[in-house]
Amino acid sequence: MNIENIEIIRIGVYATSILLILIGLYAVLTKKSLIKIIIGLSIIDGGIHLLLIGIGYIKNGTAPIFSPGFENASAQMVDPVPQALVLTAIVIGFGVTAVALALIIRLYRHHNTLKIDEIKNLKW
Amino acid sequence: MKKTIVILLLAAFGYFLAITFLDPDFEKDRNRNGVKNVYLEKTVSELKTANTVTAIVVNFRGFDTLGEVTVLFLAASALGSILFKKRHHVGERSITLPASSIVSTGAKLLFPAIILLGVYVFVHGHLTPGGGFQGGTIIATGFLLMLISYRNFSISHNILSVIESLAGILFVVIGLMGFINGGTFLQNFMPTGTLNNLFSGGIIPIIYILVGFKVATELTGLIYTILHEKG
Repeated sequence: MNIENIEIIRIGVYATSILLILIGLYAVLTKKSLIKIIIGLSIIDGGIHLLLIGIGYIKNGTAPIFSPGFENASAQMVDPVPQALVLTAIVIGFGVTAVALALIIRLYRHHNTLKIDEIKNLKW
Repeated sequence: MKKTIVILLLAAFGYFLAITFLDPDFEKDRNRNGVKNVYLEKTVSELKTANTVTAIVVNFRGFDTLGEVTVLFLAASALGSILFKKRHHVGERSITLPASSIVSTGAKLLFPAIILLGVYVFVHGHLTPGGGFQGGTIIATGFLLMLISYRNFSISHNILSVIESLAGILFVVIGLMGFINGGTFLQNFMPTGTLNNLFSGGIIPIIYILVGFKVATELTGLIYTILHEKG
């Protein structure tokens, strides 16, 4: 692969992840349904994970796993630190989604609606 | 009106994000590599672990992983305390639609294979992509398949919590055993073996297997709680 292709891939990863973050924020800020807000949060999560992974990318990089016969290939490996951090972030994001869904189930049983502007107790 | 304001705000936010990451100086900084080379070198020479991501998650940042597992446990307990009305009281199924015979037959066929795949993924976490979190999630999807295809399929919550607590306690005990040779928390105290063997990497595979058990039981408990929240 030549240099221009690599540049396009790198900028493409950044642009896609920033776009995903913005789409998620738009859903969180404008949607009325609680489920759609949670979907927006998950999209923000995905965008941030993609951004972190993209930061660790190097030109023609391979996965940071040593296979037999390639024990000295560490110069060609992508950065493993963001990948480990993203593994943590995915689990935390999963926990946040699970607790948010549980709260939504309770709200629905109490108010019989998922629209945030129909839940009167939220206004003061 | 409101949507226009939101779009304008997001455009400004996106512009500042974009100029940060598309800056040539950022690119120069990024290629300086930082701790990457130290981690890659130590993974091969000291820990004899093939998968560097596993080595970072379990060994270099093992204390972080303990915190991560704790967050998952907290999420599971928060879910239980929000959805359960009485202690040890399991309500009715919230979804009562019966599954078709194709789904239930296929689920019976696939269930052992899914469990086996999950076990494979977390046992080989130090050699191939994957590990405790991924394998545990695969096992939980197997239980999810069984729960949605058979309405009377039930799992004992007590057994789940016993397995989960045992895995968590053993994680901490293995971490504390690093002090035996005058080392630090989660330091390796076992022979590391040769690179790319199943029995290599010292305590890394043991800890990842424990994490796999913990994640599998926690996620299965989460699914079971959400499916039985009614009543």
